[in-house]
Amino acid sequence: MTILFFADVGLVLLVLAIGASTIFVRKAFDAVIAFVVYGLLLAIVWVRLSAIDVALTEAAIGGGMTGMLLLGAVARLRSAELDSPRIGLRVRLAAGFFCALVASCLAGALLLSPKAIPTLAPAVMENLVHTGLGNPVAGVLFAYRALDTMLEKVVLLLALLGVWSLAPNDAWNGIPGLRVYERPSSTLTFLAQVLPPVGIVVGIYMCWVGANEPGGAFQGGTILAAMWLLVIVARLERAPSIGQPWLRIGLVVGPITFLAVGLAGLVLANAFLGYPPGYAKALIVAIEVTLTISIAVALTMLAAGPPKQEQQ
Amino acid sequence: MSDATLFGLCGAALVGIGLYGLITNPEPLRKILAFNLLGSGVFLVFGFISRRAAADGFPGDPVPQAMVITAIVVAFAATALAIALVQRLLEQTGRATLSSDEPVSADKSNS
Amino acid sequence: MSDATTSGGILLVLAIVLPAAGVLLSLVAGGRQVERIALILLPSNLIVASVIFADLWRSGRQLVYIVGDWQPPLGITLRADGLSAAMMLTTAVVICVIGMFAHADFDSRAQPLETREPFVFWVMLMGIGCAMNLIFLGGDLFTLYVALELLTFAAVPLVCLDGRAETIQAALRYLLFALLGSILYLVGTALLYGSYATLDIVLLSQRVRMETATLVAAVLMTVGLLAKTALFPLHLWLPPAHAGAPASASAVLSAVVVKGSFFLVVRLWFGVMPGMLGFAGAQLIGALGAGAIIFGSVVALQQKRLKLLIAYSTVAQIGYLFLMFPLAFDPVSAQLKSGGALTGGMLLAMSHATAKAAMFMAAGLIYAGLGHDRVAELGGVARALPMTMFAFAIGGVCLIGLPPSGGFLAKWLLLDAAVASGQWQWVLVMLAGGLFTSGYMFIVLSRAYQSPSEPVKLRVAVPKYREAAVLTLAVLSLLLGLVALGPVDVLQVRPGATMAVLR
Repeated sequence: MTILFFADVGLVLLVLAIGASTIFVRKAFDAVIAFVVYGLLLAIVWVRLSAIDVALTEAAIGGGMTGMLLLGAVARLRSAELDSPRIGLRVRLAAGFFCALVASCLAGALLLSPKAIPTLAPAVMENLVHTGLGNPVAGVLFAYRALDTMLEKVVLLLALLGVWSLAPNDAWNGIPGLRVYERPSSTLTFLAQVLPPVGIVVGIYMCWVGANEPGGAFQGGTILAAMWLLVIVARLERAPSIGQPWLRIGLVVGPITFLAVGLAGLVLANAFLGYPPGYAKALIVAIEVTLTISIAVALTMLAAGPPKQEQQ
Repeated sequence: MSDATLFGLCGAALVGIGLYGLITNPEPLRKILAFNLLGSGVFLVFGFISRRAAADGFPGDPVPQAMVITAIVVAFAATALAIALVQRLLEQTGRATLSSDEPVSADKSNS
Repeated sequence: MSDATTSGGILLVLAIVLPAAGVLLSLVAGGRQVERIALILLPSNLIVASVIFADLWRSGRQLVYIVGDWQPPLGITLRADGLSAAMMLTTAVVICVIGMFAHADFDSRAQPLETREPFVFWVMLMGIGCAMNLIFLGGDLFTLYVALELLTFAAVPLVCLDGRAETIQAALRYLLFALLGSILYLVGTALLYGSYATLDIVLLSQRVRMETATLVAAVLMTVGLLAKTALFPLHLWLPPAHAGAPASASAVLSAVVVKGSFFLVVRLWFGVMPGMLGFAGAQLIGALGAGAIIFGSVVALQQKRLKLLIAYSTVAQIGYLFLMFPLAFDPVSAQLKSGGALTGGMLLAMSHATAKAAMFMAAGLIYAGLGHDRVAELGGVARALPMTMFAFAIGGVCLIGLPPSGGFLAKWLLLDAAVASGQWQWVLVMLAGGLFTSGYMFIVLSRAYQSPSEPVKLRVAVPKYREAAVLTLAVLSLLLGLVALGPVDVLQVRPGATMAVLR
């Protein structure tokens, strides 16, 4: 039982406490703040689990972007009447019992697993040389399980279209109604002028380095999206209207490149989404670059919400 | 108890807490929060698997990690769609509730 | 034993890539072109599905494609066995016909600029096509998770397409149930990966053992998938969602989308772990199915609005699908057998898809023509819309299970299995269900075929091609029973078995 173990126990207790508070706290605003803190703590947990790529993604998307979405939502809901009746005690007890049952079954399944469970790690590392990559997670995402990653981009686009579909009919082709500051404070304006150049460089670096180190398209794209959102919220730029051609092209350039490389693989490498030997890393980096753009645009527009005003 | 097991149990507990919040909280926004909690618990279970599957020399099995990254992005998209629905509902009716008084509690009789 | 890509395997890739490319192209090409893209894509999808089916029928072997040339467990495989091919073909036909039907409601070229409803509808329809194909062909449980999410995000916006507050509420509830279902499915895949280091269906079926982790995973995944399939008692989200959507959307939701998660339940239990369900588990699923039949039918009988009646009928018919679990269970080997009961269940899914789509589309035409869908005031509509009501009646014939419809053949196979295994309780349930279905069909048809005091005037002219589309699907459901003469054996094509060797 090292000191590190006790630190881990402390971290877990903190995570559980804050996580529980997001459920049990009365006011929605407090719950959302707690959730943002929870997201950041989780990122630390992922670092302890030696999954740096996941830690980056969780901090960026799970904590950062989701927190921003929720804060925006709870700010609007504050003015609404909250007349939902509380659930009766008996139902809550029954639900609590059921959830405890599920959690303990899950815990039991985890505790009873053998010390040495079967693993694909050696196979991943062995085959990684064929792809020329140094980051095994990137290898899984873009080589072995490329189909899942490609289709997941389509999932993201459908979700975006779903968000857009909630616009009133006459506001289609308009500008997303992201809440922006009427008169942004000088601090915010300053940050929105200073941070984006740094952020863009970090984002590009994150995407580029993802081939060999933790990082990659998702993490880089999220940072770029965050910078863009900062600029929009601080009113240094307007959100684009959803019908803009460059916006639409930006959204699909990633998945279309992925698809094109995949189809080229039919000819060059004998299989859909296969890579010709020697060119694998170059192709994967090209996919990651275009994917970063698409993810940045998609995440920004997802956070911006459905169009509200007519395009002017 | 290794650190992986500790975090795995943490994940299982979060699944329970998140599920409870999803079932019992009547407001849609709190349900969405609870769903995110539930999701992060599930991801921690993946993390446990990844760490446990560390063969000699490797820090972890990258396959579950890649799955978690995919799932985090999908969960964010889901949250964005759900929040957009809640906000649209708010705009149209002035309230954000699911119409009937019953919450998502129908599955409590199953297991 | 490792798979190899078979000669027709590239078709499997096309089946997934074509609709996905359609979605991507539509976003760039913009709203005015989207319908054109869809009307090229949907028939192409139908052609691909037909070729896959024909190939399977002729050769008796499944089609396999190893994506990226990475062998499982590292990589992902696409596989088309008999079940996949049959369901893919049915889905492709239904979506194609719905596409023809929907042109009038969602004409994307009517306005000079891109408009919301048509653009969203056609892109989501292609998204559903892509997702369903991935569900039928995916050979890896995590790929199937991505497919489930694709399906959810394509289906939810269709529910609230008209923008009314009730439909937005219904869409939100649907989304929350669907997300709960997917996350439970996901945690199951985590546990399965932890135990076996693979999520490939065929490899899993070889490695799976009776263990705590596997059992917990199976239960959680099944509960999640049952929530998505709206099996009683997790059906609360379905009636408002399916009834509130526009007619074409209701048709695709009830006929196609709901079958996606159902197919995964079948894959999980019949494909990955047939020996793990046990007698008690099979009877439990059957009991839930029986509950759905009774509950759904009783509530359907009380409905005042036609679309809600049809939606509750879907709840009941979904219950029928799950009756195949206790009927396919072989107590001697304690395994789920891929025999007559499985064929019956899948045939029921296929005939329900065609019949229910026809019924929802007919209800849409009635609503457009009369301005309302109140059952009590349907008098005279049969004279005003004869083709439509005839199609509705045929759809009902298929649901009740009268010969020669697909519903009849499917129920005959199920009853056969029930009698053979001596499970008389399910015979009673099926007969009761048939009676109930006849009941609510009779209510609707008797009202519609009444002669009113004055002839009914339609608010808008209903184009003949729309009625023809409805009739096509209804007649198809009627003729599905004739597959007994031919390709019913296709459903028996399973991994590792040829058509000549039936279990």
